[in-house]
Amino acid sequence: MTATLSQPGFDQQSFDAFLHARNEPAWLVEQRREAWQSSLEKDWPARNEEEWMRTDIRLFKLNQFGLPVGPHSVWARPGDKVGDHRQDQSHTESGTTLTEGVDLAGRTAAEDSRPAHSALKAKWADKGVVFGSLDELVHTHGELIRKHLFTRAVDPTYDKFSALHAACWSGGHLLYVPRNVTIEEPLHCLSAISDGGVDLGHTLIVLEENAEATVMCETASPRQEDSGFHCGATEVILAPNSRLRFVSLQNWGHGVWHFAHQKAIVGRDASLQWTLAAIGSRLSKVNQHVELVGRGASTQVNGVLFTEGKQHISYHTLQHHAAPDCRSDFLYKSALQDKSRTVWRGMIKVDPLAIKTNGYQRNDNLLLAATARADSIPGLEIQCDDVRCTHGSTTGKVDEELIFYAQARGLTRKEATRLIVSGFFQQIFDRITIESVREALGQAILRRVREYV
Amino acid sequence: MTDTLKIDNLHVSVEGKPILRGVNLTIRRGETHALMGPNGSGKSTLGLVIMGHPKYQVTAGTMTLNGENLLDKSADERARLGLFYAFQRPVAIPGVKLADFLRHAATNVRHPERKEGEELMPMREFRRELKGKMEQLRMESEFARRYVNDGFSGGEMKRAEILQLAMLQPKIAILDETDSGLDADAVRLASQSIAEIGREKMGLLIITHHDKLLEHNPPDFTHVILGGRIVETGGVELANELHTQGYDRIRQAYPDADEANRKMVEKEEAAAVA
Ligand SMILES: Nc1ncnc2c1ncn2[C@@H]1O[C@H](COP(=O)(O)OP(=O)(O)O)[C@@H](O)[C@H]1O
Ligand SMILES: [Mg+2]
Repeated sequence: MTATLSQPGFDQQSFDAFLHARNEPAWLVEQRREAWQSSLEKDWPARNEEEWMRTDIRLFKLNQFGLPVGPHSVWARPGDKVGDHRQDQSHTESGTTLTEGVDLAGRTAAEDSRPAHSALKAKWADKGVVFGSLDELVHTHGELIRKHLFTRAVDPTYDKFSALHAACWSGGHLLYVPRNVTIEEPLHCLSAISDGGVDLGHTLIVLEENAEATVMCETASPRQEDSGFHCGATEVILAPNSRLRFVSLQNWGHGVWHFAHQKAIVGRDASLQWTLAAIGSRLSKVNQHVELVGRGASTQVNGVLFTEGKQHISYHTLQHHAAPDCRSDFLYKSALQDKSRTVWRGMIKVDPLAIKTNGYQRNDNLLLAATARADSIPGLEIQCDDVRCTHGSTTGKVDEELIFYAQARGLTRKEATRLIVSGFFQQIFDRITIESVREALGQAILRRVREYV
Repeated sequence: MTDTLKIDNLHVSVEGKPILRGVNLTIRRGETHALMGPNGSGKSTLGLVIMGHPKYQVTAGTMTLNGENLLDKSADERARLGLFYAFQRPVAIPGVKLADFLRHAATNVRHPERKEGEELMPMREFRRELKGKMEQLRMESEFARRYVNDGFSGGEMKRAEILQLAMLQPKIAILDETDSGLDADAVRLASQSIAEIGREKMGLLIITHHDKLLEHNPPDFTHVILGGRIVETGGVELANELHTQGYDRIRQAYPDADEANRKMVEKEEAAAVA
């Protein structure tokens, strides 16, 4: 940790200082205070709670980290900027992995939970698109944000982390697309932290009726071994007939604690394709929730997880059919190396009136070491007769016969392992329509794959 | 010097169970050998152990290529030295396109010194060569875009093995029942392909139950394996005899080997039931 970071601790005094320094609209101050109170009242998760029994956070100490107060950040040091300081071969070349060769409609970045820089092409701003730092836009587009922030998607009272986030969010991103506007180029959001830093970023994406956009979000640390704390949330609100392609890459250093609540609300005939990759962090606990609220809504979720060392990544997904004729298709694949562990707990929930639901969920795990462990717990909660819901999960080691076959054709054991791992993820890569994302994810994973042992 | 694979007094066990009991065999580049024997006599084991399958333990004997010891080499090192085994039962690698797999394989085999992560052979050059070989084998170009053996029919798998043989151009190749699962036309095509790939440029060990493949590739030597031992070696006439008259004479002439074979097969059947 560095002296330029804020004072340690998430206590009343630092929270008051945080609020004071932000000078935000009264409704937001009120919302934050309420959430702060709720975070104080809530206990830390108990080890016997279903969501936490496989995810041990006893070593996590909140007060080792501090609220982002004041303008300084270690990223401000020359030569230590995201984007030009990645020497570590095992990591990505730059803070922005997903945008190689991509013409962007706009980009926004937060560093150590503070707004860094934002840009949006004038042609989209002229059409009423709002994009950039949530922290800054709250001063100019307060009413727009108030209408959506913590109103329909993420519930601040869900647990201690959601409450803490709602009280302290900072370094957030906002995209608002008005009716009938189709943004052709992707938009990019970066959240970066320095070693030992925090990111409390909130991502809010709102598409009005018949709007369309592609958003790529990613996180970054300077070096793969770096630590930190992310307590974040993502809210996606899709009005009828809107279409969002959403990519998120969690690529923190391997010492970062990552807690996230992510929820999308999908309206009538709207569609959401959500591709996520989780390859960073020391421990991740993510609640990912898609609620289909309007007839004919559809969602496809593609999840790619790769873990190594002692990494622990836990995903709790909920695909909630609250309206008739909706379709959801969740596919998660994880490959695990060394002593790492993944937990995937998936639920399809179908409300009584959600007739003609078509729900699918699947989780496949590939163990690259005998010491890795994957827990896969699919579930269905169906309160309606006229539905089609299927789920499945597999967990297995790399088949030695495949390795031998490839070796017999001249590939080394390591090359064979990589090939088999890339083949394992191919089904998901086939579903990713953005080439730069497909390439970046494939390479980020393959760089990490060692020999199957 | 002619490239020579030399196997001496080879004893092999799997999971502690002896399978090969003293195999002697020498294959030179340019020669065609047939290996024939009843089910469970150890034909595939011999092929797999030559290629270096880690499950098979060599308990005695030697195996060299041009005098160089093979037994301490991994399968990929052997492939780079010029050995090839066409699998009796190829395995599928889902998500990996046959063309990508082959480009990697061909690069490694042709550049044995290549280090991991170094460039693969140029895409255009590879594509052109692959296209030519596939036309020769009368394969649809779409075939190379399918995932390795994934959802292939038995015949498609065997044809994919022949395509790989053609691309990798080994010094010594073992074809393990590459003709089974193929209809008569396909066997003729496969035989022609092998001739076109250049039978005389390779040393061939053909493991087969049928006579079709041998008809087009008449063996210089025929070996009969029973109970994990090569009990007889002859010329093409021995192959013809076995095709027309079966193994009765051999079984009677070598009762010990016959007994050993019976025991191995019984164990296999018992294991299959259990
Ligand atoms: N991987 C293995 N595990 C156990 N037993 C094996 C294995 N491979 C071969 N065997 C045994 O070795 C014997 C010879 O098998 P194989 O070489 O496949 O015969 P062939 O190819 O001549 O039919 C059989 O009895 C079989 O059960
Ligand atoms: Mg066999």
